[in-house]
Amino acid sequence: MGILEVRDVNKNFGGLKALHNVNLDVQEGSVHAIIGPNGAGKSTLLNCFIGRLTPDTGSVMFNGSTLLGLKPHEINQAGVVRVFQTPEIFSELSLLENVMIPAFAKRDGAFKLNAFSDVARHGEIREKAMHMLEEVGLANDRDKTSSSMSRGDKRRLELAMCLVQDPVLLLLDEPTAGMSRADTNATIDLLKKIGGRGVTKIVIEHDMHVVFSLADRISVLAQGTVIVEDIPSKIKGNEKVQEAYLGGAHL
Amino acid sequence: MLSLFTKSSEKSDLLLLALFAVVVFAMPIWLAPFGAAYPDLMQRFAIYGIFATGFNILFGLTGYLSFGHAAFLGVGSYTAVWTFKLLGMNPIPAIIAAIIVAGLFALLIGFISLRRSGIYFSILTLAFAQMCYNLAYSVLTPITNGETGLRVLRDDLRLFDAPTVGDGGPLLSHIGGIEMTGMPGFYFAAVLLVIMVGLAMRIFRSPFGMMLKAVKTNQTRLNYTGVNTRPYTLAAFVISGMYAGLAGALLCVIDPLAGAERMQWTASGEVVLMTILGGVGTIIGPILGAALIKYFENIFSAFNDQTLNDIFSFLPDQLQEGFVSVTSLFVGEGWNLSLGILFVIIVVFLPGGVTEGLNRIGRFGLRRLGIGHKSKNEDETSPAPGE
Amino acid sequence: MDAILLQVLNGLDKGAAYALIALGLTLIFGTLGVVNFAHGALFMLGAFCAVTINKVLTLQKVVLSQTETTAWGTPLEIRTPLAQEWFGDLGLTIIDFSVPISILAAIPVMLLIGVVMERGLIRYFYKRPHAEQILVTFGLAIVLQEIIKAFFGANPIQQNAPEMLQGAIDFGALFGNPGALVYPLWRMVYLAFSVIVILSVFAFLQFTTFGMVVRAGMADRETVGLLGIDIDRRFTIVFGIAAVVAGTAGVMYTPILPPDYHMGMDFLVLSFVVVVVGGMGSLGGAVSAGFLLGILQSFASMSEIRDLLAKVGIIGLDQIIIYLIAIVILLVRPRGLMGRKGVME
Repeated sequence: MGILEVRDVNKNFGGLKALHNVNLDVQEGSVHAIIGPNGAGKSTLLNCFIGRLTPDTGSVMFNGSTLLGLKPHEINQAGVVRVFQTPEIFSELSLLENVMIPAFAKRDGAFKLNAFSDVARHGEIREKAMHMLEEVGLANDRDKTSSSMSRGDKRRLELAMCLVQDPVLLLLDEPTAGMSRADTNATIDLLKKIGGRGVTKIVIEHDMHVVFSLADRISVLAQGTVIVEDIPSKIKGNEKVQEAYLGGAHL
Repeated sequence: MLSLFTKSSEKSDLLLLALFAVVVFAMPIWLAPFGAAYPDLMQRFAIYGIFATGFNILFGLTGYLSFGHAAFLGVGSYTAVWTFKLLGMNPIPAIIAAIIVAGLFALLIGFISLRRSGIYFSILTLAFAQMCYNLAYSVLTPITNGETGLRVLRDDLRLFDAPTVGDGGPLLSHIGGIEMTGMPGFYFAAVLLVIMVGLAMRIFRSPFGMMLKAVKTNQTRLNYTGVNTRPYTLAAFVISGMYAGLAGALLCVIDPLAGAERMQWTASGEVVLMTILGGVGTIIGPILGAALIKYFENIFSAFNDQTLNDIFSFLPDQLQEGFVSVTSLFVGEGWNLSLGILFVIIVVFLPGGVTEGLNRIGRFGLRRLGIGHKSKNEDETSPAPGE
Repeated sequence: MDAILLQVLNGLDKGAAYALIALGLTLIFGTLGVVNFAHGALFMLGAFCAVTINKVLTLQKVVLSQTETTAWGTPLEIRTPLAQEWFGDLGLTIIDFSVPISILAAIPVMLLIGVVMERGLIRYFYKRPHAEQILVTFGLAIVLQEIIKAFFGANPIQQNAPEMLQGAIDFGALFGNPGALVYPLWRMVYLAFSVIVILSVFAFLQFTTFGMVVRAGMADRETVGLLGIDIDRRFTIVFGIAAVVAGTAGVMYTPILPPDYHMGMDFLVLSFVVVVVGGMGSLGGAVSAGFLLGILQSFASMSEIRDLLAKVGIIGLDQIIIYLIAIVILLVRPRGLMGRKGVME
């Protein structure tokens, strides 16, 4: 039994089989990586988790209830929080506001007409957001707008926005894509730091360095099917993986 | 100095509102040198200030550009006149009824229009407003009295005050015997303006307002943050529709007549212009914009060929004739042409509106005077929360 | 049956006008990504091209009669159109055909107006937010219509179709029932004209290299830009074409509806509804929705249906039918009849 159970998911785009009988069990508290060559179906699979795509057949169960057919905000309210490939933030708002908004969403639900109380009156939200900003190392910039930040900083901000909601399951879509080595390492450290808190994570990643530093378990996707699922050390030596993904080269 | 208004810190809010109230109530004094201190014009400043403030709650915060807000102004007006007709000339019930009915209209129109965003939304609101205009102008003539316009008649029911108003006096709205025309009318509208601006300030600084700003910045992100954006935008739409309804009712409080032309697309466009002229997303901007437009409308409309001939009389006859015929295109009946040109100029050159323009000038001035140190400059340039 | 046919025909000419404006609108925001609130003004400008040409053609020479006097004893003024004086009977025919002749003048004029508008103003707004694009074209629409008002006054100016086209066709006679289905000839001309224009625009887009680039641009503007194709020049031409389509539609519509300065905005709002119903970005959708809504509007204004509705207390449905249909369609199909996902969202 996993916290996220994917059963026999199929998804076709016209004649193209993007996903073919995909099964996946993600254990609570683990970091589960999904890797695979380009076009293997990683993003399609992730989009099925968050309601952007609906599988043709199969089920996606989270904590015993289905995720299929839910709207994005409902999936978030259920505890599945997503980090985007390119950081998605509120670029015209201050960093603090960026983190306070998800904190409000967590506390007040999908909608609350809180139109006449000053934001400053909600001290606990502010403190929670500040705490989170401190943790990702952006506390000093709290009043700046986020539009001019580096990509690494934007990623950290987005992580803060996601983590302030105390997610049950965190979906990371190539969290270090397009980052410098230093930013990548900083992000890995950050993810490890918060990994200790028992947040379940699914990481989709190209960068093997990131995958092997983070993951407890790895599923390898090729041509829409999971060809292997195992712990990282076994994945490294697996011939099937090397053939499908690494083109025969040794790691 | 203007950044005082655009950038609100929590403690200064009340102070600012008090300052604003003083400025508004003192209009008869400080507007006198501009020749604008007569009640009729100041009433319009206050009323259109409310209209634009409400519009700004939608457009300034969420970025949804409604092109049909005049519909709610018109609905408010018709409701107010009907309340006068049925209940009597007291403005309070009329205002309350207008706000409620305009809010219901906004709920209905918003529910459908907000299914789409961006350009679609603008087009849909424009179409709805045009539909309301057609309804008022012809289809619903029994309710709206068509092109003649709806007014209060002597033999109307007027449940509560029919006996008290004599047969002789004009049918004017009044509270406790004070007729809502002239200066009392202005002060009545001014009080409501201050209240509505105070409410708008609260909304701007509330968690709700913050969510609306987030809608404007990145709606997709907000959805994946667990927020259902539709009810937020709908609430903003309804609130701004209620502001418009109130403004519409006030127009009838000072002059109990409602006509369909109030709902035309030009009226919807005017409130958009007021808001961007003053400065979208700032508290004071839309009010400033409303006042400027109404002021210039007043001045420009007053010109006619006679006054123009007087102005250019120092020129040789031929030139005088030429100048008069050219300028007469832009004044009097031609006010709309000036309005259109102003529209284009503002959008092209100053999309941030007058408040941004003044801020720029202010910063430039500070730098020239050597007052603006680096840190201070940075502080001034950082966008106000509302922008 | 005849009555129904008549209403279909009646709706077609109004529908044709909607379709022509909506076609231009769709072309412009499909390629340029700009919603042109001044597009109705282009329709109106076209109509006033016809008015101007007519005025020019009918310029008169006034001669005081030597022999005849008026009832007041003053010499009778004999007015002769200059065209007649110069060309004789041919001149009279030219005046009679002022509306079709105006087309010839309207094409270069509208092309010029379109190009000037695009080069002078619109192009600076390609990268600005949609709200600002809407606002600037909206302002432009006000300016254009107010200028027309200043020069031509606020009253509608009647224009006549050529005399030989003023009659009516008795379709009823074809079915052995003369008089049952009479349809004004000029409306048939208008319908034929718009079908030709629509087909030529489609053919142009379908069969020329230029059209192919434009279609590619409508599908994916960024990529086409990246291919190193000079998109800017093509944008200008597309805008010019859309202006010509709207303008000539306006010229030809003058005998049906006497033009006034605000006809543009009246048609624009309905054309927008047409575009939304047809599906943003779909040329076929715009055209078919134009005809569809025109016909439905004409049915709602049918006297039998009006009487029927009046009995249940509904009056003036024809005024708002288009909006009601638009609401229903948007509730059922939010992207419109032929809308594609991701266009203008």
